[in-house]
Parts: sequence; structure tokens; C-alpha cells
Amino acid sequence: MARTGAGTGTRTGTGTPGIKDATAVVGIGQTPFAKQLPQSEKALACRAILAALDDAGISPAEVDALASYTMEETDEVEVAKAVGFGDLSFFSKVGFGGGGSCATVAHLAAAVATGQATVGVAWRSRKRGSGPRPWRNTTVQLPTPAQWTRPFGLLRPADEIAMLTRRYLYEHGASRDHLFNVALACRNRANQNPAAMMYERPLTRDMYMTSRWISEPLCLFDNCLETDGALACVIVSAERARDCRHRPVYVHSAAQGLPAQHHGMVNYWNDDPLTGPAWTAARHLWKHADFTPEDVDVAQIYDAFTPLIPLSLEGYGFCGRGEGGAFTEGGALEIGGRLPLNTSGGGLSEAYVHGFNLINEGVRQLRGTSTAQVPGAATCLVTAGEGVPTSALLLRN
Amino acid sequence: MLTPVVDDDGAPFWEYAAQSELRVQACAEPACGELRFPPRPCCPHCHSFDSEWRRMNGKGRIWSYVIPHPPLLPDYAAQAPYNVIVVELAEAPRIRLVGNLVTAPDAPLNSVARERIRIGAKVQVVFTEAGHEGGDGLGDGAEVVTRLPRWVLERP
Repeated sequence: MARTGAGTGTRTGTGTPGIKDATAVVGIGQTPFAKQLPQSEKALACRAILAALDDAGISPAEVDALASYTMEETDEVEVAKAVGFGDLSFFSKVGFGGGGSCATVAHLAAAVATGQATVGVAWRSRKRGSGPRPWRNTTVQLPTPAQWTRPFGLLRPADEIAMLTRRYLYEHGASRDHLFNVALACRNRANQNPAAMMYERPLTRDMYMTSRWISEPLCLFDNCLETDGALACVIVSAERARDCRHRPVYVHSAAQGLPAQHHGMVNYWNDDPLTGPAWTAARHLWKHADFTPEDVDVAQIYDAFTPLIPLSLEGYGFCGRGEGGAFTEGGALEIGGRLPLNTSGGGLSEAYVHGFNLINEGVRQLRGTSTAQVPGAATCLVTAGEGVPTSALLLRN
Repeated sequence: MLTPVVDDDGAPFWEYAAQSELRVQACAEPACGELRFPPRPCCPHCHSFDSEWRRMNGKGRIWSYVIPHPPLLPDYAAQAPYNVIVVELAEAPRIRLVGNLVTAPDAPLNSVARERIRIGAKVQVVFTEAGHEGGDGLGDGAEVVTRLPRWVLERP
């Protein structure tokens, strides 16, 4: 495949500066992951951010840009004063919870590539393991679209996605075995990752098929973990990245996606509810990339629920419409398969921190330091949540 | 049980539902007339801000369904496992409504055996009273009744 040289600040045909390979992730950090951690979300955020800066070898005083995404409770003022950042000249907060994970890196890459900032930090801190389940809150609900769903007992994200899943299985002849393939691949990688919550907990098909239902057709193992924890990463220009401690991991392409007539996780009200934001993000992502889905060595795909994987495999172009279930067959998602998936265990089996662990694992794969390393991995797709306005990254080394 | 938290755009739907009428917002621009759901201030096709509420015959087919199990909010957990269905309207298949399949308007959410629920099954809307609001019990103030659409099988 033909690639432009990293860090050359490539430009698009229109003469506007592009972000392709112009920036790199140079630091990653995280706290332990657990059902319950004693520290506050703010303290966890600070620990993850300082760990990421230490990993990069960059002083907190040099940070001038921040990016986060909604459902993050610690704001920029709190973070900046706690860890001793310098003057900030860029800060952004992306909407839609787990759909915004990759967009934080995208925004920082754009800010650094265009000279708005020089050192950017993205982070996520969340105590979803020990804290309340958001769907239990009946007083602070958005009027739309909750009035069309919640009175009927469609209460939880699992119920909303289960509705699309049932239709997906019906339309495309996919089965629970395909969803199990996803759960198993993530669990197998977690079993290789001492930091994963499910490190010592193998999964079998029998366990999956006999587990309790959450919302039929989704069972316990189709749902992500509930986790306390925090992660962060550091983005600088490609030029500066060469002076940092680790091998740079370049942001090759980045995209957000909010399709026309999209309705979030209750995407029941358009012509084709089963083609979601991934399709929109993918079009932009590949348009600006020097490689194609066939060239992706490893993928970190947002997995709050197992059915998001076949939907995303279709959306990002790894297979055709309706083929996402069949794609998972024959060990395709395992190490050595067509597309090794979520190699730290993902949200299903490492930790559910709104997908930020997928970003950091993508960086580890391209540094060659994953606990489930894909030999010679040079390209990685990282995605945010499908089913909500989303975002995605192509990383390369 | 949760009652609808109604917004300005959705209010007419619930006012008609309280009269046991299923109506869907439609563009009132004669050259357009497109139905839209959920309701919103203007037409995404022609951008007219004029809308009307078109009465539907209440017939539809099950597009998908789920069977929630606990943990759930207490009133729902008490009926679990129950069904939630998405119905595509016979007159406008792209208009889909979330609801529940029941044996009778006031029957519980778990009243239909799950083996009877299948995608494509023909259903008919019915309405159930879901609560009163307002009124002071002394005959002063307007009492507002909330009715929810529910669905019964055309061939039970």
C-alpha cells in the first residue's frame, strides 16, 4: 500500500491543511479498573492524566489543550488546576457519551495540526461500577425521545439496542452464536490482560447460552461491564512526537458521524434503522486514508453490546450489508484471524470506560506492547459507540 | 409506571391519544404532506412550519420486539418478563411506534405469551388509561387524562 511519510503535514487537494499523520499519540495512562474504586472521579482523572503525561515525558505545565466527552463529570477547570496545566488555548467537549471517545482525539489532532495548541490531553474518568445506573433516573430525562419509549418499559440502553438486534437477527439470518463469537473474542483477550476485570474469568459457549437474560435477545454476556476507572492520552505534532519516550502512533484519519434522520439508540424512525452512524463516519474516515479496510491489522471496536460489532464491521466496510454476523465465524476476531478484535478485552471484558480503553489499546498495539500483540501490527481502527452519533480513528505507526 | 414527559412538539399526539385517537404529525404544505415521527417543529423535506395531525387507522405489524428482564424500575420489574414491541403502521410503514402487545387494553404488559409474539404479526391499536393529572377533587381545575396506545393481535 502507498502511504505518505509520517509527519510531513500532508495537504489535501484543496490546499487546506489536513490532519493525516500530522499528529501522534505519544502518551497513554490509566488507573486500575474495578467494580469499585475508593477514589473520586476527579482523583481518578488526575491520576490517569498524569500517568499519560509521564508516559510521554511531557510536563503538565506544557499542556494547552483538553478534550473530553459528555457524561464526564470532571470539567476542564477542575482538571487543569489540580494537575497544574499551563494556559489552555483549546478545549472541547463532544456530545453523546460513548459516541464521543474517538472524537476527543480527532478534535485535539485538528487543534494541534492547525496550530491552535501544541500539547493536547484527552481523558475519561467514570465510576459506573459503583455509581448509579443512569437509566434509573426518572426525574432528569430528556423529553424527546423518552416520551415515545420509556412509558412502555423500554427503559435501558440494553432494551433499546436489543430491539435493533432482534430486527438484525431476523433480517440477516444471524444468530446468538455470532454474538457469542464477539463475547468470546473479547473475553479471550481479557484472559491475556492482567489489567482486565475479567482476566481470570474464562467464558464458554455453555456459560453464554445458559446465562440470564437482560433483554431478550441479549443475555448477560452481550452486555458490557460496569467499571470504576479512568484513562487518558496525549497528542502532539508528529515533529514533536519523535522526541517523546515511545514510538509515535500517528493519527492517520479521524471522523465523526451523525447520519441524516438519525435518532440515537432508538433509531427506529428512518428508512433503514440498521445502517447507523458507523456508515457515516466510515465514509469520511476512508476518504482521507491511504489504506482500506483490508489493510487494517487490528481493530478496537466499541462494544457496549455484542451486536454493535457486526453492525460496525458492516459500517466500516469489513464486510457487506448483513454479513457482520457471518464475518465473526471461524475465529475471525481472534488473534490470527481476519481481524483481531478488542485485544485488551474491550468494554465487554477489560473495562467499560465509555470506550477510552479501546484508544489506549490501539496505541499499545502499534507500539508493540499489547498483552495480546498482533505480530507486526502497523494499522489499527478504533471506533466509538455505534448507535449514537459516533467517531472513529485510523491509527498507524 | 412512567407516564410520558411531554414536550411542545409531542403534546398533540398525547392530546389525541387521550381521546383514543392515533394521529401522526404531517406536513400541512399541500405540495408536500409528508408524515413525520417523532414530531418536530418543521418538515425535514420542504421546511414548512405548518403541520397537521393525520388520523391513522391503527393497524400495523410488529417490526421488532424485546423481552426485558430485571434489573428494571420497580413497576416494570413486577411485570417482567414483559414485552416491548415496535409497530410499523400499515398506512405508513416508515412510521414506527414503540408500545406493548397485550390481550386487552387494560391487561398487564406480560399478558401475551411470548410464543405468540413474532415479527410481522398484524396488530391493532387500543388505548389504556395511564393516569389523571390536574383537577383538585372539588370540581375546580381541568382534569387531564393520560392514555397510552397499546396493541392487540388482529388474530388473537
